[in-house]
Amino acid sequence: MLIGIPKESLHGETRVAATPDTVGKLLKLGFEVAVQSGAGALASFDDDAYVKAGAKIVKEKEVYAADILFKLNAPTDAEIELMHEGQTLVSFIRPAQNEELVNKLNAKKVTVLAMDMVPRISRAQSLDALSSTANISGYRAVIEAAHAFGRFFTGQVTAAGKVPPAKVMVIGAGVAGLAAIGTAHSLGAIVRAFDTRLEVADQIKSMGGEFLRLDFKNEDGGSSDGYAKVMSDEFIKAEMELFAKQCKEVDIIITTAAIPGKKAPLLITKEMVASMKSGSVIVDLAAATGGNCEGTKAGEVVTTANGVKMIGYTDLAARLPAQSSQLYSTNLVNLCKLLCKNKDGNINVDFEDVVLRNMTVTKAGEITFPPPKISVSAAPQSQAKEAPAKVEAKKPNPAIKLVALVAMVLAFMFIGAYAPTEFLPHFTVFVLSCVVGYYVVWNVSHSLHTPLMSVTNAISGIVVVGAMLQISNGLFIGVLSFIGVLLVSINIFGGFAVTRRMLAMFRKQQ
Amino acid sequence: MLVGLTHMAYILAALLFIMALAGLSKQETAKMGCLSGMVGMTVALVATFAQVESAYGFAAIVLAMVCGAAVGVYVARKVQMTQMPELIACLHSFVGLAAVLVGFNSYLQLIQATPIIDANSADLFGELVNKLAAAGGHKQPAMFTTELVEIFLGVFIGAVTFTGSIVAYGKLNGTYKLRIFKSAPLSLPHGNLLNLAALVVSFLLMIWFVASGDMAQSKADAFPLIAMTIIALLFGIHLVAAIGGADMPVVISMLNSYSGWAAAASGFMLSNDLLIVTGALVGSSGAILSYIMCKAMNRSFISVIAGGFGNAPAAKKQDEEMGEYRELKAPEVADLLKNSSSVIITPGYGMAVAQAQNAVASLTEKLKARGVEVRFAIHPVAGRLPGHMNVLLAEAKVPYDIVFEMDEINDDFENTDTVLVIGANDTVNPAASEDPSSPIAGMPVLEVWKARNVVVFKRSMNPGYAGVQNPLFFKENSSMCFGDAKKTVEDIVANI
Repeated sequence: MLIGIPKESLHGETRVAATPDTVGKLLKLGFEVAVQSGAGALASFDDDAYVKAGAKIVKEKEVYAADILFKLNAPTDAEIELMHEGQTLVSFIRPAQNEELVNKLNAKKVTVLAMDMVPRISRAQSLDALSSTANISGYRAVIEAAHAFGRFFTGQVTAAGKVPPAKVMVIGAGVAGLAAIGTAHSLGAIVRAFDTRLEVADQIKSMGGEFLRLDFKNEDGGSSDGYAKVMSDEFIKAEMELFAKQCKEVDIIITTAAIPGKKAPLLITKEMVASMKSGSVIVDLAAATGGNCEGTKAGEVVTTANGVKMIGYTDLAARLPAQSSQLYSTNLVNLCKLLCKNKDGNINVDFEDVVLRNMTVTKAGEITFPPPKISVSAAPQSQAKEAPAKVEAKKPNPAIKLVALVAMVLAFMFIGAYAPTEFLPHFTVFVLSCVVGYYVVWNVSHSLHTPLMSVTNAISGIVVVGAMLQISNGLFIGVLSFIGVLLVSINIFGGFAVTRRMLAMFRKQQ
Repeated sequence: MLVGLTHMAYILAALLFIMALAGLSKQETAKMGCLSGMVGMTVALVATFAQVESAYGFAAIVLAMVCGAAVGVYVARKVQMTQMPELIACLHSFVGLAAVLVGFNSYLQLIQATPIIDANSADLFGELVNKLAAAGGHKQPAMFTTELVEIFLGVFIGAVTFTGSIVAYGKLNGTYKLRIFKSAPLSLPHGNLLNLAALVVSFLLMIWFVASGDMAQSKADAFPLIAMTIIALLFGIHLVAAIGGADMPVVISMLNSYSGWAAAASGFMLSNDLLIVTGALVGSSGAILSYIMCKAMNRSFISVIAGGFGNAPAAKKQDEEMGEYRELKAPEVADLLKNSSSVIITPGYGMAVAQAQNAVASLTEKLKARGVEVRFAIHPVAGRLPGHMNVLLAEAKVPYDIVFEMDEINDDFENTDTVLVIGANDTVNPAASEDPSSPIAGMPVLEVWKARNVVVFKRSMNPGYAGVQNPLFFKENSSMCFGDAKKTVEDIVANI
């Protein structure tokens, strides 16, 4: 089947839904690819590169005649006009917000797969375009902040004096937030991050951030769909106090809190912004859905009276066109792998597959949105996670321990009461040797356990002493002793020899 | 004066043995440790030679030692590192048999001796008894009873070690046709009851043996001793035959421990502290190793000995559809490795079976030459012997400082590009931590699935030893590479 890659018509859109690299991968899956002339120009992919990769360069009309369309932005009315029945469209749709668009596409009997409807399950991660976009946005947010910020990120001690490191606060540790934490950390800033989901604390730490913990009774904001849920009023109050305090300290704030299908929560109030130092920067990644900060304007940079720059760009991903295109188009290739299991260039929108079911908005003249709910999220619920974590090493039963202890004491008393006095010094030696053995052997390195066994093998050949002392006691005993000495000598010499051989093999890296 | 000197020599030898074990704590001191063990053994042997009375005895010992040494050194030179578990098992059986022989000799000496022991008797036991006889006129009856108990226990432990080790040897060798030498556990009806019965009967026989002992006439019935020996020999066979191949690390360490206790029991019989010290050292060493192995499988020692690995619950899971797996060919794996910056290799028993360690080592060299960070992750029960994988890798000249144990490396999988699982299965099974109903639930495993890519080398899709299907194979980030591990790895090396 033919895949069409149109040039994006949205103003300011720089990205493209296929790169020369992914064209090659699509061809391998058995598809043909037609790219609209100039589609990749803004992402630095020229037509020649596509031709070299094996794609055809065509006009707009021919692109829309293809069997499958790969796009980034939802189609405009004019573009819908160009589509035809039986076509498959893959693009960002936001079906919950764009009901009218869905109806229009359905009227055209186009099968629509929404890239923003990829379920958050681990199997679908390779096609999760929202994650790849968020990753880029998080990175770019820090770059934009650095650009607008008048100082270094990293602390330095120079001949011209000491420079303190910038302090960055990231709110929301989703994909974008984590990317921002990592980027800011690698630039040398001190990064703090907040999220209502307690489970992300480790992820924040792993990216180099410090988790801002609310002093609040264990309310966890995780939910089964992988997004944060709405929190209680007291929680929000405590949260706001934390932000107000941090605003006075930090130089840069990056907010990434979004609730799917709803207006973004307001987290940074005017007063907090007013309390910030002059020259501070706020990047609001939620600007498109109303913003997390009071006063951000979507697509603009606002400078407040006290000199705080508030960046509300909504096209952060598009500001890295080549990277965004590469990741998005790779997501599409992975989608094709699901759609076309036989690698024969034919697609099958299989509703048995929950990933495809979830993404499909319309199919063959029928609106299939909203999809049935699937649970099992990327971020497991605390209970779900803790249950398997309980499967830990079995704890020895304290009762058994106690019984063993009592039995040992009784055994000692028995020995003390009945054993002859000649026996006791030997017993002392025995018990002390066990203790020495215990401590010595615990120190043995794991990797030397085999040599340990062969050495203990060799030294347990010390029974030879017994056989040697008995050998002079008559013929029968002598013969038995002879056999004993023979066998144990194999042990002693063989054991030491093989140990030496093994130890000689262990060598250190040059 | 001789008594004092030999005693000092024995103390020295015991100290040297302790130093030998202490030396093994680190690679740097391990060779020194081995050397001090050898010196200690020499000191002990020389001191014992000095006590041998008769010339013919002296000659016989030298003859036996020369023969034994020739065989021992020959085997030690020839043995393949993959065969180490068999060799160790075989050596254990010798200690066991020797302990049995020493036990019988002690018994024979006891019933031959005149009530008041000859003042010229050479062994330490004699010395001690002589002193006592001089002091008190007569040996105490309690001492006689204690000796009988010691003999009985020594023979019992020795016999179990002997046959148990032979069966372990057969299982590890794998080429013998006999049923008890098959890797699959042999489960006789009421197997555990049989074991219990063997123990109870042996205990009753011990009471008979001790009760029959008559100090005044220096005699004790031979029958209970011989009957017990036969029972103990059978018990040893059954004990190990009932345990499956992959539980062998536990069994070998357990037999290691037994051989130590057998030596200690001989020491008690002979009133020889050196034997007691050495036996106790070896015994606790083996016990600790068994404990480590059991811990690594999250199983109790008893359940390993009781044999069979979760036979009942395993069946439930097998039919379950786990999903689809992806297959990669050698060139694709090579590409994946070339594009990785960090690689962890987790070998298992399968690598030893396929003799793939040299291929794996050259793969490591190639990748390192390309600037890829290569490390190895070893699960404590990988292989058939504690530390088996380390020795194999060392033989293939993989430096030991890139070989890590589970606890050291488990947190690093997250930041690793590619993990190669070579011949390991249950030790990398995510079900152990994710599925509480799994038979291996709670076993600590290498968390390979956290890496970005996992390639599993396997001959087929058959489940591992525990009979548990491995969800790892069906994870999104893992792929299978089928075929003989050695050949596949060589193909990959050729493609890099």
